[in-house]
Amino acid sequence: MTLSEPYRLFFYLFGTMAFVGLNAAYLVWVERKGAARFQRRSGPTEVGPAGLLQPIADALKLLSKQVLVPPEADRTLFRLAPVLVMAPALMCLSTLPYSERLGARDLNLGLVLVFAFGSINVMAIMLGGWASRNKYAIISSARIVSQNVAYEIPMLLTVITLLMITGTMNLREIVEQQAGGFWNWNICKLTANPLMPVTFVIFFICMLAETNRAPFDMAEAESELVAGAFTEYGGMGFGVFFMAEYANILVGCSLATILFFGGWQSPIGVLPGHLWFLLKLYALIFTVVWVRWTFPRTQFYRLLNLSWKVLIPLSLVTLVLTSAMLKLF
Amino acid sequence: MQLETIKAPGSPTEGQETFVLNLGPQHPATHGVLRVKLTMDGEYITRAEPVCGYIHRMHEKMGENRTYAQFLPNTSRIDYLSAMHYTHAFVGVVERAVGIEVPPRAEYVRVITSELNRIASHLVWFGAFLLDLGGFTPLLYAFDDREKILDLLEGITGARLTYCYYRFGGLYNDVDEAFLTGTREFVTYMRPRLDMYRELVTGNVILRKRLEGIGPISAKTCRKYGATGPVIRGSGVAHDVRKVMPYSVYSDLDFDIPVFPECDCMARYLVRMEEMAQSLRLIEQALARLPAGPFVAAKVPRVIKLPPGDYYYAVEAARGRFAVRVVSDGKEIPYRVKLRTPSFANLTLFEEASRGMMLPDALALLGSLDLVIPDIDR
Repeated sequence: MTLSEPYRLFFYLFGTMAFVGLNAAYLVWVERKGAARFQRRSGPTEVGPAGLLQPIADALKLLSKQVLVPPEADRTLFRLAPVLVMAPALMCLSTLPYSERLGARDLNLGLVLVFAFGSINVMAIMLGGWASRNKYAIISSARIVSQNVAYEIPMLLTVITLLMITGTMNLREIVEQQAGGFWNWNICKLTANPLMPVTFVIFFICMLAETNRAPFDMAEAESELVAGAFTEYGGMGFGVFFMAEYANILVGCSLATILFFGGWQSPIGVLPGHLWFLLKLYALIFTVVWVRWTFPRTQFYRLLNLSWKVLIPLSLVTLVLTSAMLKLF
Repeated sequence: MQLETIKAPGSPTEGQETFVLNLGPQHPATHGVLRVKLTMDGEYITRAEPVCGYIHRMHEKMGENRTYAQFLPNTSRIDYLSAMHYTHAFVGVVERAVGIEVPPRAEYVRVITSELNRIASHLVWFGAFLLDLGGFTPLLYAFDDREKILDLLEGITGARLTYCYYRFGGLYNDVDEAFLTGTREFVTYMRPRLDMYRELVTGNVILRKRLEGIGPISAKTCRKYGATGPVIRGSGVAHDVRKVMPYSVYSDLDFDIPVFPECDCMARYLVRMEEMAQSLRLIEQALARLPAGPFVAAKVPRVIKLPPGDYYYAVEAARGRFAVRVVSDGKEIPYRVKLRTPSFANLTLFEEASRGMMLPDALALLGSLDLVIPDIDR
């Protein structure tokens, strides 16, 4: 089924927004419930069955609050930052293929677009912290920038490794190449790169660092920097940052699913494709939540050392190895 | 005449660009209303200046205008996490001065409850410290264990936090069978839990990297500032009031003083974790030896008057040496009550120890000192 152009546009705009909105709200619920399970308590239970209406109640509360701009702050940037942090996540999702037939836009350079928009997110958080004129926020901003610069390099190196195998930047084609059983998924293509699982782990670690998730949550390290770049934000300003964090996790995990786990491809042949996509996506998201509630935070300089001294050399090794293997076999 | 300006140690040198960062009085890492004025050079601390007094309650002055019995409940509110030890010190100073013979049953129960209180206090520290390091989950596990201790102590003292269980000459009431069996069960429950923490938390590579070699405090610095408790024992000095100035029946019981010579945050962490195991040992022994008999001395004067003089009694509280010095002029009301609290001494070394450290490491150091803010200001 192919819709005519104006309907298609409206449908996908609405669909993407709803998907992000629902996920951002309910990933908070998943995170709280998950954390509660890890910590042997029950989490939200009061609002709705099993606390299912809690995200909506939270959103209403945040919406009812006044958006305060500190008198010293840069008003324009301060208000612009939450929008800037949310918009790229939405843009990225419009290029992702969810199943054979579901996907807003097929771009030949889809992968480049995702990474291009991904880096705007960093700038937006930095601007938010900078515009707040708060010392904690500025320290946090400086951290975010150096952290993301450090982690984008190994991430892109792993992606280049993949690109050499796939030969295309079109996300749909990347998934189509992985059809026919899980041994065709990129993570199992050991003939092209025997270190493929390592490449995935590097990608996953970089994704955690890019989305500022524990154990790399330097930006919002509450026991050090209060709330980091978001210290001065209240009401929905904070709410949008909070949602954007989950939207970015969604993008990151979707990308990992597409690049490494065959996107909508079913490993055993049962169930329709989009369900498999969601299954893989949420399994990855659960891992992200799991990691956060299990590990303590690292120090900032160790984080940078990990990137420059371990991850970048390792990803270069996989890159060289892949090119050699592709040439030889 | 040219006046020479005297600079405080660690103040910025010529051409160094610094800014002042206010850590507290409201900050998630200070666990109370402690304020530390940090002079920062980027993320490095050049000078940390603790500002005390935000929760000053004049406990010492209060001691000067009420009777000994009236002041006793105050002592449990100085360090709300180790109330047993604090009341023990005040009860001890009066008993020593008046010459009250405490029956052995009361002494053994004091040891049991004190050690339970020590474990509870260390569990709070364990959770809060890991929270400072960004690990949320251990806090809930620690509080789960602590809940069991609080339930036990609530049964015999009626309070969950600010106990006033020790009285001059003995105890408020006798322990019942429920407490004794409950404590026995707790000891068998807690040992595997400690093993679990050792495996899950102490062995975690991120935690080890965050604590090992971070925040070294030499034994010399500890002595200079009068640091006691796990802080000095983490610097290789086996100073524990229970061993060096034994009180109660500690000299009859068999236990070790955990000492780690590495001086870093990990050493202080390990000291406290090991102390919990030692406390369990003490409780087990005290339970086995618990004699029958009265729980309060037969002859306790109705109105307590200390003969004129100067009296001192120190106990090993969860955070270090807590001592009460009472100067009496023979009246019903003490002339002066001096409270020597461990957290205050432990905080004073923070300025020197944190110089040149990065902010997250300095906060790990602050957490490893295990400060209770009302204990600093009293």
